[in-house]
Amino acid sequence: MSGTRRRETPLVTVGGASKGGGLLALAVAAVLFPLVFSNPGITNYGVLTMIFVTAATGWNIFSGNTGYISLGQAVFYGSGAYAMGIAARDWHVEGTQVFALLPLSGAVGALIAVPFGLVALRVRRHTFIVITLAVFFIFQLMAYNFWFTGGSSGLGSPFLSWPPVSYNRSFYYIALAFAAGSVLIAWLVRRSRFGLQLRAIRDDEDRARGLGVKAMRVKLSAFVISGAITAMIGAVWFYYLNQVEPQTGFNPLFDLTLVLMAFLGGYGSVSGPVLGALLIEPLTLWLNTQPAISGSVSEIVLGAIFLVVVLFLPRGIVPTGGELITKLRTRGRPAVVPATDIGPAAGSAPPSPRPGSSVSSGGAR
Amino acid sequence: MTALLRTEGITKAYGGVQALNGAAITVEEGTVAGLIGPNGSGKTTLFNVITGYARPDAGQVWFRDRAITGYAPEKVFAVGIGRTFQLTRIFPRLTVIENMLVAAQATDRPKNLLAWFGRDAWTQHRRRAMELLAFVGIERHAELLAGSLSYGQRKLLELAYVLVADPAVVLLDEPAGGVNPTLINHIADRIRLLNREQGKTFLLVEHNMEFVMGLCSTITVLESGADVVSGPPDIVRTDKRVLDAYLGVDLAEEDAP
Repeated sequence: MSGTRRRETPLVTVGGASKGGGLLALAVAAVLFPLVFSNPGITNYGVLTMIFVTAATGWNIFSGNTGYISLGQAVFYGSGAYAMGIAARDWHVEGTQVFALLPLSGAVGALIAVPFGLVALRVRRHTFIVITLAVFFIFQLMAYNFWFTGGSSGLGSPFLSWPPVSYNRSFYYIALAFAAGSVLIAWLVRRSRFGLQLRAIRDDEDRARGLGVKAMRVKLSAFVISGAITAMIGAVWFYYLNQVEPQTGFNPLFDLTLVLMAFLGGYGSVSGPVLGALLIEPLTLWLNTQPAISGSVSEIVLGAIFLVVVLFLPRGIVPTGGELITKLRTRGRPAVVPATDIGPAAGSAPPSPRPGSSVSSGGAR
Repeated sequence: MTALLRTEGITKAYGGVQALNGAAITVEEGTVAGLIGPNGSGKTTLFNVITGYARPDAGQVWFRDRAITGYAPEKVFAVGIGRTFQLTRIFPRLTVIENMLVAAQATDRPKNLLAWFGRDAWTQHRRRAMELLAFVGIERHAELLAGSLSYGQRKLLELAYVLVADPAVVLLDEPAGGVNPTLINHIADRIRLLNREQGKTFLLVEHNMEFVMGLCSTITVLESGADVVSGPPDIVRTDKRVLDAYLGVDLAEEDAP
């Protein structure tokens, strides 16, 4: 917290305080939710929404920060689910002990992210998107065809003998914990040097490399973190539904939904994808359960929302809203001083920070 | 004494175009060296080869006594060579101070995972980043998004954020290109100051002859991808080959109001 950052203090502090208050209120609401609404039909919404908050945040840690739009997150989601299912089946893990397999699922996601990233991250933009999609379809095909994945009927999970109310409530809190954890990680990444390097890559990768950013290593690290989070929440989802099939575990709509959530809320910001998930997932679930309309209506509605977002709100709710607030606060005061106004020039050059530093001494690296 | 930066026999072809054809240049430590030549003579390509953005077909790049030919850009920077681009390249969606910190933190290695995610390194580099922003004169804009800066301010930012990691030599690609005369003088003044007070080494490509002649102690002339002449401004200015080839024409154009 150096003085320079906080120079225009009053506004920032007020903003920070209300932000903190809002966050606390949100946390309390999230914790109380299943206690207030104990109906399993409603807590089901809660569980699936928290799963998507986690997945959208996982997507955002890599794609939101780097600008590399991944449509292959279902690779991790499905692999996490299958990893738990296969391990539980083959090692005869049962009951609550199945939760002990969550780290395994995370490790599987991280392990898959390494070769996946080494291949896909060599290319950028559209080519990257196409490669993530291709890898996604390879994984779906593998789930259909390998001998250990149960083919098209997929895998069932061990049975949990909890009554419906506490079943949903327990899963809600597990998913909430993952959501909170992933948001915390996203926030830590965002404010760290690591996050800064990711965002520098997003803005101009070649320039960032010319300033010493080891782009491949940094991108791959974010991809691995993202993959591990997504795989773990995929495993939670699997155990919650007791079932994974190739077309649900490796579901192309999963990635489109994540991207829509992130775009709607504002990708790159920590809160954007969370907000997007909180809006989109309940809406989808509600549309799917309306008897009057057929199942594919929700997909049409999501598609329509996507179009509206891309056309009218390309940067998402959070950045656009934030800009509006800033505009209101500064009251249209121009933010930029003209180019000729280059300020009072300092009389002498600032001293070298480290004489004979690792940089100028040509340290062998 | 070995030169700080030296290239020998660099060739590079893009398809049928021979961009570089045996280009050799030597930059002594503590000098401001200039690289001039008509458009398409291979100046920027040579910069790209030195900084790892292009791989030469043949030839060597030496930094002190170390061959750095074919190093990746991040490795070239870690060795101690920073550069700016002809059309400035800043990070538009990062704030000005964040732009400064990209280079700062890329150079020192976090001791552990906590440091990697922690904020300490930022505060440690922040002071120097602010000093440099003040030095180029845009410290008031530290918290603005860099994308909202004017072109001239971006030029200053690019100069500042390359300096933040304290590279041994800074390569400037047209530092005076596309900016107004006041700012050109300001930039020249900053370069001179850094060179005199810190002995910072520069290699710059520039079409503005007044700028080059006033600043550089050695000038290398490149033509069709090969070095024609190299020497102090007075020698280069009057060299018959240079004048015959193009400099006379070029000078007349540049000096026209």
